[in-house]
Amino acid sequence: MNDMNNVPNLNEIANPGDTHNFGEIPMAAQNAEPSLQIDKHARAPLAVTSELEAKVTVRNLNFYYGDLLALKNINVPIYTNKVTALIGPSGCGKSTLLRVLNRMYDLYPKQRAEGEVLLDGANILRRDQDLNLLRARVGMVFQKPTPFPMSIHDNIAFGIKLYEKLSKSELGDRVEAALTRAALWSEVKDKLHASGLSLSGGQQQRLCIARTVALQPEVILLDEPCSALDPISTAKIEETIDELKEKYTIAIVTHNMQQAARVSDFTAFMYLGELIEFGPTSQIFTAPENLQTQNYITGRFG
Amino acid sequence: MSDHIMKAYDKELEALGRKIAEMGGIAEKMLSDAMDALVDFDVRLAQATVDSDPRLDLLQRDVEEEAILTIARRQPMAVDLREIIATIRISGDLERIGDLAKNIAKRAIKLAGEMHIPRATIGLKSMHESAAMLLKDVLDAYAQRDAESARAVWVHDADLDSLEDSVFRDLLTFMMEDPRNITFCTHLLFVSKNIERIGDHATNIAETVVYLVTGETLPMDRPKGRNSLTEAPARVV
Repeated sequence: MNDMNNVPNLNEIANPGDTHNFGEIPMAAQNAEPSLQIDKHARAPLAVTSELEAKVTVRNLNFYYGDLLALKNINVPIYTNKVTALIGPSGCGKSTLLRVLNRMYDLYPKQRAEGEVLLDGANILRRDQDLNLLRARVGMVFQKPTPFPMSIHDNIAFGIKLYEKLSKSELGDRVEAALTRAALWSEVKDKLHASGLSLSGGQQQRLCIARTVALQPEVILLDEPCSALDPISTAKIEETIDELKEKYTIAIVTHNMQQAARVSDFTAFMYLGELIEFGPTSQIFTAPENLQTQNYITGRFG
Repeated sequence: MSDHIMKAYDKELEALGRKIAEMGGIAEKMLSDAMDALVDFDVRLAQATVDSDPRLDLLQRDVEEEAILTIARRQPMAVDLREIIATIRISGDLERIGDLAKNIAKRAIKLAGEMHIPRATIGLKSMHESAAMLLKDVLDAYAQRDAESARAVWVHDADLDSLEDSVFRDLLTFMMEDPRNITFCTHLLFVSKNIERIGDHATNIAETVVYLVTGETLPMDRPKGRNSLTEAPARVV
């Protein structure tokens, strides 16, 4: 067992400079009994999962912050054109796992991953992986909206111009397409040259989503995208996610159980760096197999 | 299972459970009193049974209202969600059991003073014992959250169906022996139907208990005994 006094706060390591304080797992939960299977009769296996393609497959992933093993032997599929939610209490490793999927951790020293993360069958953890190309295929939206201090148009054009050479009108089309896909076009089409910072929180977040989809990624990672937003903005973003999944594969980290239930097709419950249970959202939230999963989603944790 | 972090949530679930227990007690008593009133020609007891039905109706409405409020307040998941859905279903079944017992009591009032053949009610007493046992067992299974006991109730409803079949044949025989028996035998036919329906409701409760505990639904077709609907009428020799 870890010595509880020496465990660093994973949240501070994973999100340097993040102003949001997640809070720590209560001591009682850290000392919880090993997981128990809920007694039930054998179920028929879920036929649907054998027919689904996994866009991303995480295999035997171990992740270290320095000497601290933060993710322990994670094996999980992220199915194509589905939304997969990662849930769990503060410090369980869900954001850590998300940030492995586009090698965001490479920006920080002393963070390393072992194992494999397969994107369309190719391991993105290998040394010779081109990180810029990876991050164009696997986009990310963060908890705090991060618009560039530029016009709305330039926020989106900036990324495109890094990868492609387009005429002004082609660029304009791409910007419009991205804003439409993020359900923001009708609200900003008459003020594309206004600063991105002049938008409301919800609009800024949708701008960030537009910026991500402008690069035509295949996978979109969302790290608590609605935590800083009001209910109506949240609903609009959830609706956007619903529309996006037709074309993209989506993984979302969320603290909000009800949001995970609303928005996702599959849910992974994590605790203390381990994947405790993975399954269709419809099953996880009506009849989970693991007692810890049930305790967490019903508000009995701790 | 540990408590919810929000204690009020636990209290709400407990309150729902207590109301179901109270409804169960009333339904059991109504069935037992109605049958006693029938067999002993006790009009006073029968009337008291009829008079206890409104309380059951009120409790059912209470349970539904509280369950809906809890859903709105708590957005329940997993076992909590199944728990609340279960109380809504079970309260409906118990309220119907009460209505069926009330109807038995009403027939007891009609029958008091009419001529009786005591042996006509023997079959009904067996049916009653069987149904009362199913009801008691399923209410215990709910209280203990015991899926195995609930499954057993689900299976044993078949016995009640078989009993109803033999009561049907007996009553037909009496009616064919003497036309003066037709009136009260017809009343008793309705009573046997009511008891058989009570058994069906107990089966519904059993299915709900299994769902509550395991998250699984029992198959559509439960084992069925022979009953009057599936067999040709007896030939009288």
